[in-house]
Amino acid sequence: MIRPRSGVVPRLHTTRNAVTVASGLLLVAVVVAAVAAPALPFDPVQLDLSQALRPPTVAHLLGTDELGRDLLTRIVYGGRTSIGIALGSVVVATAAGILFGVVAGYGGGRVDAVIMQVVNVALSFPAVLLALLMVALIGQGVANLMVAIGIQAVPGFVRLVRGSVLAVRAHEYVEAARAIGCAPSRIAVIYILPNLVGPLAVQATFLVAAGVQLTSALSFLGIGVPPPTPEWGSILAGGRNYLSLAPHITLAPGLVLLFVLLALNLLGDRLRDALDPRARI
Amino acid sequence: MTTYILRRLALSAPVLVGITLVIFCAIRLLPGDPAIVMAGDLASGEYVDQLRHSMGLDKPVWIQYAIYLGNVAHGNLGRSTKSLRPVLAEIRDRYPYTIQLTVAGMLVAAVLGISTGAVSAARRDSVFDYGSMVVALFGVSVPIFWLGLILILLFSVNLRLLPAGGSGSLAHLVLPALTLGASAAGILARMTRESLLEVLGSDFVRTARAKGLRDTTVLLRHALPTAFVPVLTTLGLQFGSLLGGAVITESVFGWPGMGRLIVDAIAARDYPLVQGALMVFATSFALINVAVDVLYVLIDPRIRLP
Repeated sequence: MIRPRSGVVPRLHTTRNAVTVASGLLLVAVVVAAVAAPALPFDPVQLDLSQALRPPTVAHLLGTDELGRDLLTRIVYGGRTSIGIALGSVVVATAAGILFGVVAGYGGGRVDAVIMQVVNVALSFPAVLLALLMVALIGQGVANLMVAIGIQAVPGFVRLVRGSVLAVRAHEYVEAARAIGCAPSRIAVIYILPNLVGPLAVQATFLVAAGVQLTSALSFLGIGVPPPTPEWGSILAGGRNYLSLAPHITLAPGLVLLFVLLALNLLGDRLRDALDPRARI
Repeated sequence: MTTYILRRLALSAPVLVGITLVIFCAIRLLPGDPAIVMAGDLASGEYVDQLRHSMGLDKPVWIQYAIYLGNVAHGNLGRSTKSLRPVLAEIRDRYPYTIQLTVAGMLVAAVLGISTGAVSAARRDSVFDYGSMVVALFGVSVPIFWLGLILILLFSVNLRLLPAGGSGSLAHLVLPALTLGASAAGILARMTRESLLEVLGSDFVRTARAKGLRDTTVLLRHALPTAFVPVLTTLGLQFGSLLGGAVITESVFGWPGMGRLIVDAIAARDYPLVQGALMVFATSFALINVAVDVLYVLIDPRIRLP
């Protein structure tokens, strides 16, 4: 039986809020753990081959990896790397996105046409390929990944900022500001930027998720964060040869990665719903 | 229709030119002499000189770009610095595998995603609906390489049902295709459900039901085709991410496609190969976008050709 669309089920609403709170708590926990990582009793890099591939025990709560390092310690430190790179890429993408987006949206004319043409070309590449191209150009390592992942996200940010600028610019208060002789730079900072905070926050949340995912994917492929720096993708790559012998090396960091991504995507969705009531389903 | 296809192809020309420009500039932004970079560390001075001359590095930049465009147009993408074979030959060996994997992933995504979404919408608020939407949410977020490893652990290591890697038979394709298609299936399931629910609430569906048609008829003949247009849009958009995802999937399963080729080339700093492979990848992507646009016109009668 096909039932017509009914109103929002209250039960669903409560579940939704609980999931949002749980997502937030999970992310806070991961960040706190990453910050407090040096308090852990084990070293994330020091090898101890006599302890290699041990299953979870009381001493090593998640067991050890293929080189005898405590897996929990590696995962916690890995959070520092992955989330650090993702946040760095957000800074790069936001800065460049605001710069080019405001110039395109506010400047208009030929500048706008050129910037948007470049943006459209870049947007026609899959994200992984853009990131690969950047890594091929500037090389591997933490700082380079921040730049590579940040730059692959710039076109999306430029388009978002430009769209918002065009929408804000049409308002009468901006026209009024222009009429009393406000300089364009002042209008951009005082009237336009505050209106960008909401959409940018949503986009940034999704970029953190995409950044964590791309960082771990590139590291898994062996062209991201070079060893021995702990990173979720490279821990997974280390465990792939021991799938039958020590599946915990693959399972544990993957589950952490999965739930962090899930939490980030859910929070991004909720943030978007909260900021844009029209998009609510 | 032919005019439309031709015009749409012409519109993607700037994108293709942009791609060549980006890749042309990219290799020149690299630190050091492009000839040495292109030739690789182990090349002889003679080879570097020869390469410098053939690349026309003594000429102005815009002439260099014109020469480069000419070479690309003639299918001359240079030689791999690692295998010394022509880049085009390397790509020709690998390209069919990537297409095979991407199409298989697409099929998995379309079949799994659309059927799940349709059943979810028809049985709204049921256990199946909630259950499958939670699974779909996980499908959207799961890192593709981890899903691949888990499937290997389950079906190859524990159950010994399917091969863990390699290529050659249909059995080899099952796990990579599932891995690649999972996230697109999740997105499509959510999209189909949403779109179908909207259609099911509309007047013409009520009319169809009021005149006594069976639920299945209303769903399959009236609602589903209408709900299909946004789903198709999503499907088209997903093709690009599938092509990108193939890069990762191929590495997990040792699938001998373009993705593995690019990753190995980056690791080996084999720049001619990276350039050529990215170029072919990007061009395929641009052409797929054209194909999707043409498909819209064929499927949605509301889109009129001017």
